Amino acid sequence: MSEQPEVLSGWGRTAPTAGRVRRNAGPDAVADLLRGAGPRGLIARGLGRSYGDAAQNAGGVVLDPLPAVIDEPAADGSVRVSAGTSLHDLMRFLLPRGRFVPVTPGTRYVTVGGAIGCDVHGKSHHVTGSFGDQVVSLDLVLPDGTARTVGPDRDPELYWATVGGMGLTGVIVSAVLRTIPVETGYLDVTTQRLSDLDAVLAEMAGSDDDFTYSVAWIDTEARGGALGRSVLSRGEHATREQLSGPAAVQPLAVPAPPRLAVPFAPPFGLVTRSTVRVFNEAWFRKAPRFREGEIQSISAFFHPLDGVAHWNRLYGPHGFLQYQFVVPEDRADVVRRILEQVSGDRHTTFLAVLKRFGPGGSGWLSFPSAGWTLAVDAPAGPGLIGLLDRLDEQVAAAGGRIYLAKDARVRPELMTTMYPRLPEFRELRERLDPDRRLQSDLSRRLDL
Amino acid sequence: MINALGQPQTVLLLGGTSDIALALARAWARHGSPEVVLAARPGERRDRAVAELGQLGLAVEAVDFEATDTAGHPALIESIAATRDIDVAVVAFGVLGDEERSWQDHDTAVHLAEVNYVAPVSVGVCLSQVMRRQGHGVIVALSSVAGERVRRSNFAYGASKAGMDGFFLGLGEALRGSGARVLVVRPGFVHTKMTEGRDAASLSVTAEQVADAVTTAVAKGDDLIWVPKAMRGVMSGLRHVPRPLFRKLPI
Repeated sequence: MSEQPEVLSGWGRTAPTAGRVRRNAGPDAVADLLRGAGPRGLIARGLGRSYGDAAQNAGGVVLDPLPAVIDEPAADGSVRVSAGTSLHDLMRFLLPRGRFVPVTPGTRYVTVGGAIGCDVHGKSHHVTGSFGDQVVSLDLVLPDGTARTVGPDRDPELYWATVGGMGLTGVIVSAVLRTIPVETGYLDVTTQRLSDLDAVLAEMAGSDDDFTYSVAWIDTEARGGALGRSVLSRGEHATREQLSGPAAVQPLAVPAPPRLAVPFAPPFGLVTRSTVRVFNEAWFRKAPRFREGEIQSISAFFHPLDGVAHWNRLYGPHGFLQYQFVVPEDRADVVRRILEQVSGDRHTTFLAVLKRFGPGGSGWLSFPSAGWTLAVDAPAGPGLIGLLDRLDEQVAAAGGRIYLAKDARVRPELMTTMYPRLPEFRELRERLDPDRRLQSDLSRRLDL
Repeated sequence: MINALGQPQTVLLLGGTSDIALALARAWARHGSPEVVLAARPGERRDRAVAELGQLGLAVEAVDFEATDTAGHPALIESIAATRDIDVAVVAFGVLGDEERSWQDHDTAVHLAEVNYVAPVSVGVCLSQVMRRQGHGVIVALSSVAGERVRRSNFAYGASKAGMDGFFLGLGEALRGSGARVLVVRPGFVHTKMTEGRDAASLSVTAEQVADAVTTAVAKGDDLIWVPKAMRGVMSGLRHVPRPLFRKLPI
């Protein structure tokens, strides 16, 4: 077992720090690792897809994913997996058996442990809720080294503190997840081009519930009357009858590993104002005004960026941020105002994605809550400080919050406004982990 | 922790009453409220600095620091780091001294070398130990273009800065992979109380301009900057001027 100091950062490649990375540890070693963690503590890291500093621990121990283990599904379709199992591996296991995960984020390259710790969501949130809602039970090693099995029906307090708890309540070693039956590995997709923000908000509010999956891509270069022009993409799992051609021959095709890769970070970012303008224009124009019945693979529909490994390097040596917030459904005015500020700012934005969340879950620090969530990417730089601080204040004032799995810079003093249950979370940590055996750069930065 | 946009939560200012150190604290306070540890000689100047930063809404702690007391540095830096992470430490102290006295008067020459070279090495070693343990942190070393090519008119000062500059550049290399970083800053002529009464050289800057350049460089992860930027080209040229000609330049 190795334990080498290594410089780590999140997917945004900002604020790197060095921790001692513990590789190839089995689940049985976790208790001892926690007991011997030392003054800077330990944090479990998955595949490093959190954008900020959630899965790094300066001067402390960083536990690499536990080995992937997937048991055969039970009769009810639930499946026991180790926390280090990636959703990529899980999908490749489940699809040939005619099953699928009910919640998948925009990348398959996350671990089950990370998905629970961040309580990730997907395009299905308005129907299925978040990842934490798909867990039957999970096995947790507490900071003092004792093992606990928790779930919504079993020690719910500890369970809902762990869901979205950013790995700070214990180390998740395995979980039993619900799965859903699917006939195929394809989606029946409906795509619509919408000319402005009001149109897309109305369309989503009006008919999202007719689809299991729904998300809108917003052209952040459009201003004035075209502000918020979007491509709305919605889908359902395709049935066998809907498939034709090669897809019909192999209906349960599994997602493939990436075919392309960005081999190194170029010395300057390639995501600039001009490249973004071209990309956004092309993306909007290539979308049909209205099209239904299009068959797309799981990768193309859910995880288009997974096709290019290390795409985050395109932002260059200084990395990038993703700013994601949610505001209540009746505060679409905040979405509009923020979109105006983002579109009007000279700082580039690349991907802007809008989604309507269903009712929020029970996780104490879970991000999703009923309303509108917008995520925008921008190259990192001190020029963003003032803009993002202003956005935070508008979001907090509207009763919204920002997403900890994406955050790398929020002001700590806004945390209790955005996360009203944070004081309870802190009390729980005080009780469970008085020596702070679990720590991360995120927990230190925001005093979680 | 320093965040993704380079905003520190704790800043240690060694030589905390210097104009550049205070300008830096103000620059970081513009978009945040870092805790500031102001390490300087006790006295009225330090009290004023603490009060000024306090008025900006910053939590300020003053600690006694004497550059030439190198034996006391390890315990001092350890005690500061015992209760918090040091996100950024600024090595901002130095003396300019009288150019002619500082090579003809023995005490003056030794004192200048101690304050400008020995003391920065001393705190540099202590800070690097703390930051390696933390797994993160930035040491900002305020060097000078005077150290890049040492000239007759202020060679005692220039030589001490040359030594300090080389030490911190090397320290930055040694710390690679540890999470800790070093930023060496080479300002030209800066209008401060240290240079008060002297004729400004060309490309002179204010302490605020130095501070803005430093906060940007810390955010970008740079390891060496000149202030103003144009100084880099100027010094690059001057470095290659033959000695007989260099001697005749009015600098």
